Amino acid sequence: MLGSFDFDVIRRSLPYLFVDGMTFTLTLTALSALGGLVFGTLIALMRLSGFKLLGRIAGLYVDFMRSLPLVLVIFWFYFLVPYIGQWLTGASRPIGVGAFASSLITFIMFEAAYFSEIMRAGIQSIPRGQPAAASALGLTYAQSMRYVVLPQAFRNMLPVLLTQTIVLFQDTSLVYVLSIPDFLGAASKVAQRDGRLVEMYLFAAAVYFTISCLASFGVRRLQARIAIVR
Amino acid sequence: MNYHWNWQIFFEPNPTGSGTYLDMLLSGLALTIKTALMAWIIALVFGSLIGVLRTLPSKAAGWIGFAYVEFFRNMPLLVQLFLWFFVLPELLPRAAGLWLKQLPNAPFWTASIGVGLFMSARVAVQLAAGIASLPRGQKQAATALGLTTAQTYRYVLLPMAYRIILPPLTSEFLNTVKNTAVAITIGLIELTGQARAMQEFSFQVFEAFTAATIMYLLINFVVVTGMRLLERKVAIPGYIAGK
Repeated sequence: MLGSFDFDVIRRSLPYLFVDGMTFTLTLTALSALGGLVFGTLIALMRLSGFKLLGRIAGLYVDFMRSLPLVLVIFWFYFLVPYIGQWLTGASRPIGVGAFASSLITFIMFEAAYFSEIMRAGIQSIPRGQPAAASALGLTYAQSMRYVVLPQAFRNMLPVLLTQTIVLFQDTSLVYVLSIPDFLGAASKVAQRDGRLVEMYLFAAAVYFTISCLASFGVRRLQARIAIVR
Repeated sequence: MNYHWNWQIFFEPNPTGSGTYLDMLLSGLALTIKTALMAWIIALVFGSLIGVLRTLPSKAAGWIGFAYVEFFRNMPLLVQLFLWFFVLPELLPRAAGLWLKQLPNAPFWTASIGVGLFMSARVAVQLAAGIASLPRGQKQAATALGLTTAQTYRYVLLPMAYRIILPPLTSEFLNTVKNTAVAITIGLIELTGQARAMQEFSFQVFEAFTAATIMYLLINFVVVTGMRLLERKVAIPGYIAGK
């Protein structure tokens, strides 16, 4: 019961939770979001490119990734990445990649599927006249994407992209299944070591809740600020 | 790749004595479906209640709906499962906590309720949006006909709203199926869990995961096809999706 609630175990483990755990979680979130956005945009461009085969491949990739549970994908990459590394470098045995690299690759590949759908919607929301005008001005396809279409698509979709990043932030907690000390993993380690499950899990829940709430509040304000009056 | 492939492994007996490795995976598949259906019922019931609350004119109802959705949306599912599984029994009075801990199939019930409530917040948002998308005239016409608020929802707004949000509900159901895999962390040996167990027993990592992947794709395919048929059946004439 709450009478025996031990706040001290939280206070004692704060440095470990935040310096080690939260740093891992936030770094993984930021890098995965960035990588996911880059690959997601490429996939979206493939789907909209007009080359049938390219579009099909991209579509299959997105559907495939979105049908699988993240936990299974995390396991897949955890075991697969060493073999891919071996294949790429021509080494004689599977390469050890380390927990961070493995989870980063997983999240980038997984989130790319979700980000690509957002970017696709963003690109498709641009009026047809814009790329037409760009090509009338003599811009190449790459230039028209780089200077006309993508900046607007990105801006229109920024709130959705950030909301997806909040989801990603919560999803990174699933690296727990690989026993990696992210924020939740660190909390869980302390919880099990000191037999203080109640305190640590309630605290972890409160931290995730506060950060996600603040972030989605920020996104809502941003949305109101950057909305283009049409 | 110097990985030793062995696709025959599925037909070899597994060390738990419950048949072949394939049987193991199939029992995992059954548990995934069972958990997902249970969670989906909970998600629909609670999601509908909260979704309706969010659209009522009462300020208090709207506030409760808002708080509920924010509560379940802003914590990772994994953390929510831990709260239900490890923390709740400790916070209850001793006898109730003990009863919870000794419940047979505790991971199954915790996963169903945990995933169900997590998804209910999403269902609530979808339903509220569906109700809000209906023309104002529908509610007004219902009121003018003398229907009470409950009747308006039961006979006018909800039948329309559910049909409109059928496509997003399909993907929420698929999310429910996928989210049951998170329950591997509280000891639910569903499909992903069985694939993992098979990998540990047999060392055939990629065969095990490939089989699990195919089974998830199959679930997806069946659900999407089934829901398309349902959508066509209940489509409202006069809407773009209708005939």
